[in-house]
Amino acid sequence: MKPIEAKNINVYYGDNHVLKDIDITIKENTVTAFIGPSGCGKSTFLRTLNRMNDYIDSFRKKGKIYIDGKDIYDKKVRVEELRRKVGMVFQKPNPFPKSIFENVAYGLKIHGIKSKYEINDTVEKSLKQAALWNEVKDKLDKPALSLSGGQQQRLCIARTLAVKPSIILMDEPASALDPISTAKIEELIFELKEKYTIVIVTHNMQQASRISDRTAFFYLGELVEYGKTSELFTNPRNKQTENYITGRFG
Amino acid sequence: MKRSGEKVIEYGLAFSGLVTILTTIGIIWVLISESWGFFREVSLADFLFDTEWTPLFTQKRYGILPLLSGTFLTTIIAIFTAVPVGIIIAVYLSEYAHKNFRQTVKPILEILAAVPTVVYGFFALTVVTPFLQSFIPGVGSFNALSAGIVMGIMIIPVISSLSEDALYSVPKSLREASYGMGATKFQTSFKVVVPAASSGILVSIILGIARAIGETMVVAIAAGQQPTLTLDPREAVETITAYIVQVSLGDVEHGSMEYKTIFAAGITLFFFTFLLNNVSFWIKKKYQEKYE
Repeated sequence: MKPIEAKNINVYYGDNHVLKDIDITIKENTVTAFIGPSGCGKSTFLRTLNRMNDYIDSFRKKGKIYIDGKDIYDKKVRVEELRRKVGMVFQKPNPFPKSIFENVAYGLKIHGIKSKYEINDTVEKSLKQAALWNEVKDKLDKPALSLSGGQQQRLCIARTLAVKPSIILMDEPASALDPISTAKIEELIFELKEKYTIVIVTHNMQQASRISDRTAFFYLGELVEYGKTSELFTNPRNKQTENYITGRFG
Repeated sequence: MKRSGEKVIEYGLAFSGLVTILTTIGIIWVLISESWGFFREVSLADFLFDTEWTPLFTQKRYGILPLLSGTFLTTIIAIFTAVPVGIIIAVYLSEYAHKNFRQTVKPILEILAAVPTVVYGFFALTVVTPFLQSFIPGVGSFNALSAGIVMGIMIIPVISSLSEDALYSVPKSLREASYGMGATKFQTSFKVVVPAASSGILVSIILGIARAIGETMVVAIAAGQQPTLTLDPREAVETITAYIVQVSLGDVEHGSMEYKTIFAAGITLFFFTFLLNNVSFWIKKKYQEKYE
């Protein structure tokens, strides 16, 4: 199975050519890390996978992206359905200014689920999956913003899980968190890959080597090297990859 | 030399600030002292609970209720007109409109607020009232409905402009979170962005109410000058402000009872606008940037 397959992707912001001829296939139930220095295009590429760039006026794309064999930029595709299937967790925890419960229930409600039983059940399951249930089960009606940063990020993950995606995109999900919260998120990612395909953008190379199965190194809009994390980090084929992972630039 | 120049500027600035404060204190002082004279002759109970206001007739009654009902009736009609339209405009400009469109339309909308209120007044009397009469039976040539609707149109910019500011300042990350779960633009706008901006929207509505309560020309021209205790928007009513205009324009003897009624009415008006301003200030303070 190939849940994500990108063919010959070129992305432009106005005249700025930010992604060049990206070809990549991402496997099911793996964690794939995108690494590279700031501005290398890794976040932009991540955001083309759930069409989050659609709102940027100057955005243009060439090439095709297939998810579960379907061209996601096809006119017949409903972007709302796509994003339900391809969830996203952002860099800064961004819970809604609503209660903890409502944050997780939001996705269900917008997709037309009305059954109270189903909503309660899914909220509980999602919070358990995100390893947050025990910390919040007695205060589900409290504002989400009263939680700590790490808890907020796990809440955002629970919220994403609630709409039952098959792929989860994470854009530096731990970069705004302290080391303990980061460790919890990493542990969580490790557990989630049993059921989900995870793509994570990270600046932290130790993090990439700890949690990912495969790593893609982006540099100046190009996909320089892509392979098994263990090989890429111990035996990079490309000189630039080696320079980056050994900390000579970036 | 330079230092003494600085001092002059400093005193100049302090003086300017002082002038506005002293003026406010002066106004409050005049309101209180003149209405003091009024309340020595009319009991507070009569003022608050009597259902007729006839200080200009021989049979004098001093119940503020008819003026209050007139004020609130026109204000409520104005709010029901302005809030839905104002918020829809705000959501459209903030969430849907292209940046260029927003930058062009917003200032134009604010021009609505620059139209002299007397123009709105005769617009209500000569355009809106005949229009309403054409399909609602029993609408008088002076009526609360027409005045209220036009007053609502007048405060649309207050509500849309302030609400739009509130909506626009909702962090982009919240919209992204919503889109990221597969929400449509409509769902994102009304289920995430509007609730997140609710305190700012509420403040805009309260300021709109305060503006409507204090508005004078539109109601003086189009709502009539008959203090009637009624909830029927087709009837002529008189608001507090319209009454004050009516008496101020007539030849009322300084120090007479009619003269003192202006201040009693004025202090009532002041009480409500003061209250609303404080409530909006309090909401702003309490909920500001809570989601940051």
